[in-house]
Amino acid sequence: MSPLDLLQALGARALKVFRALGHHAFFFAELIAHLPQALRRFYLVVVQIHAIGNYSLVIIAASGLAVGFVLGLQGYYTLSRYGAAESLGLLVALSLVRELGPVVTALLFAGRAGTSLTAEIGLMKAGEQLAAMEMMAIDPKSRVLAPRFIGGIIAMPLLAAMFSAVGIFGGYVVGVLLIGIDAGQFWSQMQDGVDVFDDVGNGIVKSFVFGVACTFVALYQGYETQATPEGVAQATTRTVVISSLAVLLLDFVLTAVMFSTPR
Amino acid sequence: MLRAQSRQDAVSQDDFITVDRVTFGYEPSRTILNDVSARFARGKVTAIMGGSGCGKTTLLRLIGGVYAADRGSIIFDGERVDARDKNLLFRLRRRLGMLFQFGALFTDLTVFENVAFPLREHTNLPESMIRDIVLMKLNAVGLRGAAPLRISEVSGGMARRIALARAIALDPDLIMYDEPFAGLDPISMGVTANLIRKLNDATGATSLIVSHDVQECFMICDYAYLLSSAGRVVAHGTPRELQASDDPEVRQFIRGEPDGPVRFHYPARPVAEEFGVRV
Repeated sequence: MSPLDLLQALGARALKVFRALGHHAFFFAELIAHLPQALRRFYLVVVQIHAIGNYSLVIIAASGLAVGFVLGLQGYYTLSRYGAAESLGLLVALSLVRELGPVVTALLFAGRAGTSLTAEIGLMKAGEQLAAMEMMAIDPKSRVLAPRFIGGIIAMPLLAAMFSAVGIFGGYVVGVLLIGIDAGQFWSQMQDGVDVFDDVGNGIVKSFVFGVACTFVALYQGYETQATPEGVAQATTRTVVISSLAVLLLDFVLTAVMFSTPR
Repeated sequence: MLRAQSRQDAVSQDDFITVDRVTFGYEPSRTILNDVSARFARGKVTAIMGGSGCGKTTLLRLIGGVYAADRGSIIFDGERVDARDKNLLFRLRRRLGMLFQFGALFTDLTVFENVAFPLREHTNLPESMIRDIVLMKLNAVGLRGAAPLRISEVSGGMARRIALARAIALDPDLIMYDEPFAGLDPISMGVTANLIRKLNDATGATSLIVSHDVQECFMICDYAYLLSSAGRVVAHGTPRELQASDDPEVRQFIRGEPDGPVRFHYPARPVAEEFGVRV
């Protein structure tokens, strides 16, 4: 391959990437422009919060409990080396509300609700339901996508809060009920060390951003899928891969912005 | 019968849709419709017929503004269809109903909710009135009793009739039918054909039927266009005129002959050469 060919191939690849980014940006802008219409018919959003959030509760609660158990055990072994086992409550709470709650919830959300959204929209496209809607002079972005987008954005912080709450309970079960740490110490250190705005607030902001990212990826992949069984299968896989990577990358950026400056 | 090359002055002057020298392809290298002109008379049932892949459904989608023609124009009741003008498109689409080939019903809704969907989206009618309209439309297609069923509980023929009820929910001026007879048993096919004719006569709407079912189309249509596999209008006329045609391509299509101007075999190397046989 001559240097000119290489340059041409690189240029073509770069153009493809920029075109895809531009397409994503336009799609996102269109989605945002349709949000007011969806908010005016809030019952459509409520249906989606129920579909996306309520049906994810079991997996979120079970995962939160398991993570809480593990945090309780691992935290106790580490803290007891330094004679600080009473700080277990604080460790569990900070780990969950700052980091694990939003991140693990978002990863589970991508696998449970994100794939469901992509497959649903993709199959609607394959069954010409979206085309039928357009021919009825109804914009699918307004009627189908926007309510799901808002539903996902609202559901994610709620699910993350549920994950953290159940996780803290899991840490309590292991630390207090099984290992025997003083319950007063467990809760008081947590109450003393967790800041509502800096810790809980930033965790909520994170899960909100993850909600936007994961729901957008799922809707985009579903809407732009090829209307074939293979197309829907590939779109569903892409939803999980892109959402997970986006969550991990965004988490690093948000953590750097939120927690890098020592108080 | 009129040859495609002749101007279509014989068709009624009161045209609801005019397709004027439209050329279109999904890719620049492959043209689907080639200089197609057609006029669809107000209040009449017009069939667009032709073999699979000749561009019949594409023509419907161009009329609905889903795609923009590469060349030529489409006039919808005096207004030029511009696929880039979303407001114009949505205004025009509120005046049309479309029956998709497989119904395109919303699978998360019941039969009743499917028919009520356009009414709820486009009108502020009270729920009691929506209920009455939906049940009347379902009654017109013989499915009032199926209103509470889920879409997964109805047969293919019933789904087509439900989609028809949904397409006429807003009493459109234009109803487009994409392969309404495909995959139906003879009874459902006859029922659907009669329904299309009766609905057209009762509502005074203009109907376009895209199909390759010759007998059913000829039974109910007032006028028909025949497209060739190259996406050109081969012939047009009343069913009687087309049936009397001695044009080889028209005769082959209407009689369903396997070979003729439209070749049975896709272009390929000679058989002897392909299999390495000396003749």
